[in-house]
Amino acid sequence: MIHKRVLWSSKFILPAIKQAFIKLNPLFLWRNIIMFVVEVGAAATLIIAAMHFFAGIPYNFDLYISIWLWFTVLFANFAESLAEGKGKAQAESLKHGRSDVYAQRVKPDTESEVESVPALMLKKGDIVIITDGMMIPSDGEIIEGVALIDESAITGESAPVVREAGGDKTGVTGGTKVLSGTIKVEIRTNPGETFIDQMIGMIESSKRQKTPNEVALEIFLISSMILFIVVIITLFLFGVYLDFKISTTVLIALLVCLIPTTIGGLLPAIGIAGMDRLLSYNVIALNGRAVEAAGDVNVVLLDKTGTITLGNRLATEFIAAPGITEKELARFAMLSSLADDTPEGRSIVILAKEKLQIHGRDIRSPVGAKFIGFRAETRMSGIDVNEVQIRKGAVDAIENFVKARKIIFPAEVRQAVERVANEGGTPLVVVDQKTVYGVVYLKDVLKEGIRDRLLQLKNIGIISVMITGDNPLTAAAIAAEAGVSDFIAQANPSMKLKRIKKYQQDGYMVAMIGDGTNDVPALAQADVAVAMNAGTQAAREAANMIDLDSTPTKLLDIVEIGKQILITRGALTTFSISNDVAKYFAIIPALFVEKCSMLSVLNVMHLASPFSAIISAVIFNAIIIPLLIPLALRGVQCQQVSVEYLLKRNLLIYGLGGVLLPFIGIKLIDMLVVWLGWGL
Amino acid sequence: MLGTWLFQIVTLLFLLTACAFFLGEYMAKVFSGERTFISPILAPVENFLYKLFGIDPNEDMNWKTFAMNVIFFIFVGMIALFFLLRMQDSLPLNLNNFKAIRWDAAINAAISFVTNSDWQPYKSEAVMSYLTRMLGMGLQNFLSAATGMAVAVALINAFVRKNTPGIGNFWVYLTRSIIYVLLPLSIVLSLFLVSQGSIANLNPYVHIKTLEGKEQIIAQGPAAPQIAIKQLGTSGGGFFAANSAHPYENPTPITDYVNILALLLIAAAFPFAFGALIKDRSQGWAIFIAMMLLFIIGLWFVIWSELHGNPLLTKLGIHNGVNMEGKEVRFGPLASAFFANSATATSAGAASSSYDSLMPLTGIVLIFNMAIGEVIFGGVGSGFIGMMFYVMLTMFLIGLMIGRSPEVYGKKLEAYEMIMIVSALFLPCALQLILSAIAVSISAGTSSLGNPTFHGLSEVIYAYASGVGNNGSAFAGLKADTPFYNLTIAFAMLAGYLITIIPALAVAGSITQKNSSPLATRFPTNRPLFILVLVGIIFIIGALTFFPALVLGPVVEHLYILSGKTF
Repeated sequence: MIHKRVLWSSKFILPAIKQAFIKLNPLFLWRNIIMFVVEVGAAATLIIAAMHFFAGIPYNFDLYISIWLWFTVLFANFAESLAEGKGKAQAESLKHGRSDVYAQRVKPDTESEVESVPALMLKKGDIVIITDGMMIPSDGEIIEGVALIDESAITGESAPVVREAGGDKTGVTGGTKVLSGTIKVEIRTNPGETFIDQMIGMIESSKRQKTPNEVALEIFLISSMILFIVVIITLFLFGVYLDFKISTTVLIALLVCLIPTTIGGLLPAIGIAGMDRLLSYNVIALNGRAVEAAGDVNVVLLDKTGTITLGNRLATEFIAAPGITEKELARFAMLSSLADDTPEGRSIVILAKEKLQIHGRDIRSPVGAKFIGFRAETRMSGIDVNEVQIRKGAVDAIENFVKARKIIFPAEVRQAVERVANEGGTPLVVVDQKTVYGVVYLKDVLKEGIRDRLLQLKNIGIISVMITGDNPLTAAAIAAEAGVSDFIAQANPSMKLKRIKKYQQDGYMVAMIGDGTNDVPALAQADVAVAMNAGTQAAREAANMIDLDSTPTKLLDIVEIGKQILITRGALTTFSISNDVAKYFAIIPALFVEKCSMLSVLNVMHLASPFSAIISAVIFNAIIIPLLIPLALRGVQCQQVSVEYLLKRNLLIYGLGGVLLPFIGIKLIDMLVVWLGWGL
Repeated sequence: MLGTWLFQIVTLLFLLTACAFFLGEYMAKVFSGERTFISPILAPVENFLYKLFGIDPNEDMNWKTFAMNVIFFIFVGMIALFFLLRMQDSLPLNLNNFKAIRWDAAINAAISFVTNSDWQPYKSEAVMSYLTRMLGMGLQNFLSAATGMAVAVALINAFVRKNTPGIGNFWVYLTRSIIYVLLPLSIVLSLFLVSQGSIANLNPYVHIKTLEGKEQIIAQGPAAPQIAIKQLGTSGGGFFAANSAHPYENPTPITDYVNILALLLIAAAFPFAFGALIKDRSQGWAIFIAMMLLFIIGLWFVIWSELHGNPLLTKLGIHNGVNMEGKEVRFGPLASAFFANSATATSAGAASSSYDSLMPLTGIVLIFNMAIGEVIFGGVGSGFIGMMFYVMLTMFLIGLMIGRSPEVYGKKLEAYEMIMIVSALFLPCALQLILSAIAVSISAGTSSLGNPTFHGLSEVIYAYASGVGNNGSAFAGLKADTPFYNLTIAFAMLAGYLITIIPALAVAGSITQKNSSPLATRFPTNRPLFILVLVGIIFIIGALTFFPALVLGPVVEHLYILSGKTF
């Protein structure tokens, strides 16, 4: 994660302060109606103060109120600018930091002079030259030449295809490879730029598309503001009827205190900060809707390989044949694997070293040894040392080897082989020309911490579905070990698509992560589709998020970020509305106590004077915004607990806390105001 | 006395719960078209009515068609009632030769009865003929109640259905509401009332000489059936001006008890019908409990406030200072307060005492009951609709707080639903305040005030809360039979009615097309936490909106009484 701790450095603060003033421009502020209303109030009170000044009437009160209303707007603008600045810095560093595939671009205005540019920088209309063995950097059209292209990454078909300029076979796809030939390709899309720019667009609030949930919340906030405007205007008229004259400044102060300025001021910052957090995970969202939908996901499809398991099978256990010690087996298994450079082979050596307690970095191969590599015909590998022929391999291959040498294959070993297979592992049998030593247990090893993460998902009600090409038996064993809720064995693209549709019909929101072109239909169907940056162009187009690191477990982070954005909004909305209770108790008695002294019983905070009460409420209302900026940018903690517990906790903190805190805060500010002599 | 009373209240609430549960189950069967025990008698009637009016009971309406039919229906009802009132002098059954009703009062009365408000600024026995009251008021008491029920059923159905535009057939729900629910219940109730001494005749008014030697006219009429439906249908328009304080309307303490039960019954049955229809009865219980909780809190305040009495009266030597002015001695302060709380919590607006004379804090509860939109049981159907809007708002906030995009009973709440929620919840609040402010700001409004100052403000706020909430009860003291009040309150009633019903149908039309999320993934809306949050949100929204107005009205009055002053 980048730029996590530098939020408060002057690098961000100073530009944000400048932006806060620039954003006072009503044409910008208009987008945030609640803050716009506050600004109108601030301007109106300023005019009133000026009029009082020129008329020779005391104007201090109006001026104080006006100043604090201006601060309220500035604080909100500052929050937004800070989030923007942080996000922009992150996007910039992404732009520069990416070193992807390089392409030979024909310099503009030349015929054939080329320069090397990152594929991400390619724009529509650029012309690139691609020759033998090069990756096609982006989708485009051949304008010159003919080439044999390996499109297996997209079609799964291993036979290469011919593409040539002119005719209807001119299209080439990013991510495919030229096997032979040289072609000139005109780029049709500008992928790198689109993604990053789209992301930057979502960070700049003036360009940002509001998400559906944000729109719904704004409808609620704005209509409650309108209701409060009605409350204030009618209060004024009731006052006139009862002969209580309430000044315009006081009415504006009361209005600003009641309308949800806290959430209204922080709402844009929350949305932007959510994008920032995504970026800090190296994920680019192509629209805000997807980020929000991520919070709603209740089914995630996870590829087994790379997401749940490490991707390679590793040796985890030696099961010795009768009469053989584990150490003997380990030694022979190690010898057979010394030259085996596959991850499986290396893992056998590592495990054997552990069992034999060898600490050396290298184990010298015995003198005169001859390595037997893995061959498709024999399906075994091993080593010949003098007369000894050590072999390891799949059980059927070894059986042939054993049969030829007329040695007995012990029943116990056969049982061990079956047990390993049933548990979802791969058994390798180790023999030499005379003896069957036993079985090496190769296992799909779960990624570290994946069990916990899947458990967290389960706790918050998300169903995890593992997708694997394994047979159902193996799949079931791994699923049980990892703790996934469900699995699709022997999966193919159409099965994935079908399963996603089925979940959606039942009302679930489905997220999936994919890379290959065969994932495209499923990605297009899923509600939240994350494509890995290493994946094909088609997959990236079908997705609504791109994972720049191509780390599949990101999906879980994305879900959390989506939830966090919603929770932060909800918590601050609740807080904002709860605050109104205390503000009523501060301001209402202050309004009427002069004419109707009995109402002083409502002055539960014992605020010093009507003026100090009103000013204190307005100051509290203003300074609560910067105090909550860290929370808005960081997001409310989203623990993986039951929803009822989460609600209870948030209600206690932001609901009850929101009712109580302003009573204390306003009282303290009141004391300060009196001490400063603003109480008049 | 208090112990007996509390015992009676508790038994009544238990009885209410039991009756409402069974009625709810029955209603669920009726509205889903299943056969019930009285189907053999009523099904032919139902089918005959469909044939008579050319209704295709299998037509499934989308929300716009449904809403058009509802609006058509209520406007036809209004116009018919308006002309009936204007022409009653030339129509039969006008035994006392009443004149035609003045135009503004006629508009008010027409809207009032069609919207199930039954606001009556006049003495109905002194101005309206028997025909007017039977064919006009009596009929509308059925039709307006049934309209509310039909809309509520459409909304419930929208939660049951998915991925379809239809929300059901207005005429079918309307017909079934009347003949399966309202008619049978009101027949039973009116027979009971007659057995207790209520009247049902078409005789001319009786002129008698009192002991003092003065002449008194005792009004007669087909009272019992209309009383039955005004209670059951929560319309509350009294047959006599004194409403349920009149001996013919509410002859005995037993009828008082039964009348309160009747007020609450159908509205309380709706949550249960909802639970049965969505096939998760615990959801119905949760809503019922939330309503009951709000009801009991209000009742507790009302009883406390009435028992606390008036220190001024204590000084005058009255035992405990309990204020008996404006109350029927037959019922006393507690029964009167209980009735008042029930009649304002539901949108009935019936009265067994003069609400103007209740203690100020009682007045706060009554205004609050109405101002939050008549959702504490509320009107038949409309109360449930209002409560559903609060449920939606609650689920919106809960959804955010738990990090899910909000949904209610498995249906996603988006911007469109939000617009409808805030329209249905906030517009009525704003409307009440605006109309009250206008009334106290212009002379046409203030000239009607019997008590200028704080209590006058309470009276005006009460009047518009009652109008917008389609309650129909009044703090008397306000002379409301003037063109200004007749027309503004008529507007309040019509607007209050439409801005509940149309958003309800719009939401129904939207969510019926949505897929519904699996049960296991939903936030549990059938547990105490949800109920508490729901009640809390209703309370907070009501309090934040009406705090200033209530402070200037009843709160100041209360403080004056405590300090021993009068106006």
